[in-house]
Amino acid sequence: MPNVRRRLLLLAGLLAAPSLPVIAPPAAAEDTVKIGVIEPLSGGAASAGQAIKAALELGTEIVNTPYPDMQGLPLAAGTGFPGLGGRKLELDYADNQGSPAVGQNQALRLITQDHVVALFGAYQSGITLTTSAVAERYGIPFLAPESVATNLTERGFKWFFRTTPIGPDIARAYIGFVLDQRKQGRKIDSVAIVNDTTEYGTSIAEVIKKQADAEGVKVTQNVTYNVNATDVSSQVLQLKQASPDLVIFISYTSDAILYARTMKNLDYRPPIVIGDDSGFSDPSFIESVGDLVQGAINRSAFAPGRPGTLSYKMNALYHQRFGRDLDETSARSLQGFFVLVDAINRAGSTDPGKIQAALRATDMKPAQLFTGYNGVKFDDKGQNTESAMLLTQLQGKDYVAVWPQAEATGSLQLPYAGWK
Amino acid sequence: MILLQVVVGGLLLGAVYALFSSGLTLIWGMMNVVNFAHGDFVMLAMYVAFLGYTVLGLGPAWFIPLAAAVMFLFGLLVYFALIRHVSRGPMLAQILSTFGLALLLRYSAFWVFSANFVTLPDTLVGGNFAIGGLRLQASRLVAGATALLLTIGLDLLLTRTALGGRLLAVAEDRAAAQLVGIRPDRMQALAWGIGAASTGIAGGLIALFFYISPTVGESLALIAFVTVCLGGFGSVPGALLAGLAIGVIESLSAYLIGPVYQDVVVYALFVLVLWVRPQGLLGRA
Repeated sequence: MPNVRRRLLLLAGLLAAPSLPVIAPPAAAEDTVKIGVIEPLSGGAASAGQAIKAALELGTEIVNTPYPDMQGLPLAAGTGFPGLGGRKLELDYADNQGSPAVGQNQALRLITQDHVVALFGAYQSGITLTTSAVAERYGIPFLAPESVATNLTERGFKWFFRTTPIGPDIARAYIGFVLDQRKQGRKIDSVAIVNDTTEYGTSIAEVIKKQADAEGVKVTQNVTYNVNATDVSSQVLQLKQASPDLVIFISYTSDAILYARTMKNLDYRPPIVIGDDSGFSDPSFIESVGDLVQGAINRSAFAPGRPGTLSYKMNALYHQRFGRDLDETSARSLQGFFVLVDAINRAGSTDPGKIQAALRATDMKPAQLFTGYNGVKFDDKGQNTESAMLLTQLQGKDYVAVWPQAEATGSLQLPYAGWK
Repeated sequence: MILLQVVVGGLLLGAVYALFSSGLTLIWGMMNVVNFAHGDFVMLAMYVAFLGYTVLGLGPAWFIPLAAAVMFLFGLLVYFALIRHVSRGPMLAQILSTFGLALLLRYSAFWVFSANFVTLPDTLVGGNFAIGGLRLQASRLVAGATALLLTIGLDLLLTRTALGGRLLAVAEDRAAAQLVGIRPDRMQALAWGIGAASTGIAGGLIALFFYISPTVGESLALIAFVTVCLGGFGSVPGALLAGLAIGVIESLSAYLIGPVYQDVVVYALFVLVLWVRPQGLLGRA
């Protein structure tokens, strides 16, 4: 019975295989698992997009080569996807150029020509809106790690998953902070919201207003402007005239830089400034005008934390490679990336339906994460119900965790110092 | 008082628009070529200024002339390497070639300088000061004054010098100019050089108070085209007038109606003016 002997030999070979030190790589180059990544690699938000790309390159390396040091992090210990016979990961980058239409075309190209197994991106909420619609039509899983506009997960999409905290979470954090400050005797009777007219700006402004209304905080002024402004003097003068107790900026990097400089030129310093994530978190914003906005309060889902933690090790790896700390936005992107590759691995297949099912079944614990989320678990709208964030304050060149008290690593310094 | 601040701010902003547009209107007037790479010329000049400051340690009095000189040479290069060839082709080829040049410059800048935003320190030319409650920024005043001088200088060059006469003659009728002994090639190259040099000055000045990034030209270019159209094609004083008008209208409408409507007001007036005067405010019909 030669057949049985052959089978026995095969079995022996399989059993012996894991103990062999080196075997020929099981996956050839054309056998990689391809994920399409759509980010703003050029255009007004390019600095953020390039920082995200850098973080994802590190993430790819962690997946494709052994990083036994990163205990808990999915796919770090081994090579490639163990669930797919060790096949390696390849990211297929596309530039959305800051335009919803371009993003949409890129999504179409990645799906129909490059045959990616999933899509990932696309930073600006307005572009995530259009690109994910393409993925939905073709039945390809889409993971959005950064975009916070609430309506993205209100569309009843079946293929859309989002790991980041969203509009209402952000609004709750900011207004909760305001109420807390009031309790401590700080006067916050008037709030101004400054936002651009993009999907991101308008939606975040909207949810903050709603939350403020519900909690009895008065939004007395709302200054909206068009993105990539050439000048913001009029906006700052309007604020200066009304002099609210708190100003919340919801701006991308280019406009955030102009606000920082114009406020100094016109000598305007509100008592408290909140600079919502995107522009205020961009490393190049902090590098170029950080010393003009000292004391600005921001939200964050990432802090390097203590040595030995996964977040600390991830930051150290990033720092070693790119010479600067992992910024908040890139950290959220990289976190979403690991959720997606983990799901593909668990799916054990590149079949979109199986990946979608694996994403649905995601249940990650804090020990597997390096951001401050309480876990990752998607509801039937595709939103991560376990996301979380804390508030930070720019002190020197770094954002320090200041609220809630229990998670603070530094003390809150008010009033806002600006350039002093 | 605050309204006065808005108007003064608008005038200074308008001067920047005028400054930004001067090179564009010059090349347009001289060559009948629309330089779609104009915004990216200014972007390049901003990076020259930035490198002049960070690498060579030069102050604004040196890095602005440096930017002008570099851009002058760059203008010549663009003329001889690209424009001279495509200007014999159809109009569409000219338009697409400068558009292609714009993309080439923009993405080269991404490659060389990365996507990060950079800025020059805001105290390079004296910082801020207040006169009777009016807050002014020295760098913007310098930019405004230079815009005025540059406009007058370019206008005098074109209308009062022999060189200007030769430039205009070539623009008017290339063949006739050649018959009276003017070398059109040389004149047109010079027009590109001068046009590009003025973007050099503009870029160096704008870099003092604006951010620098590979896409900065994109943000400013549209307003430059509007300024040139409104002022009248090829009219340097027209660009100044239009720039100042747009600056003040933008600032006032942003302050009084709301920043989100400023573009609506500006472009509505723009359409209205062109309806009444298609040649622009100071353009010849």
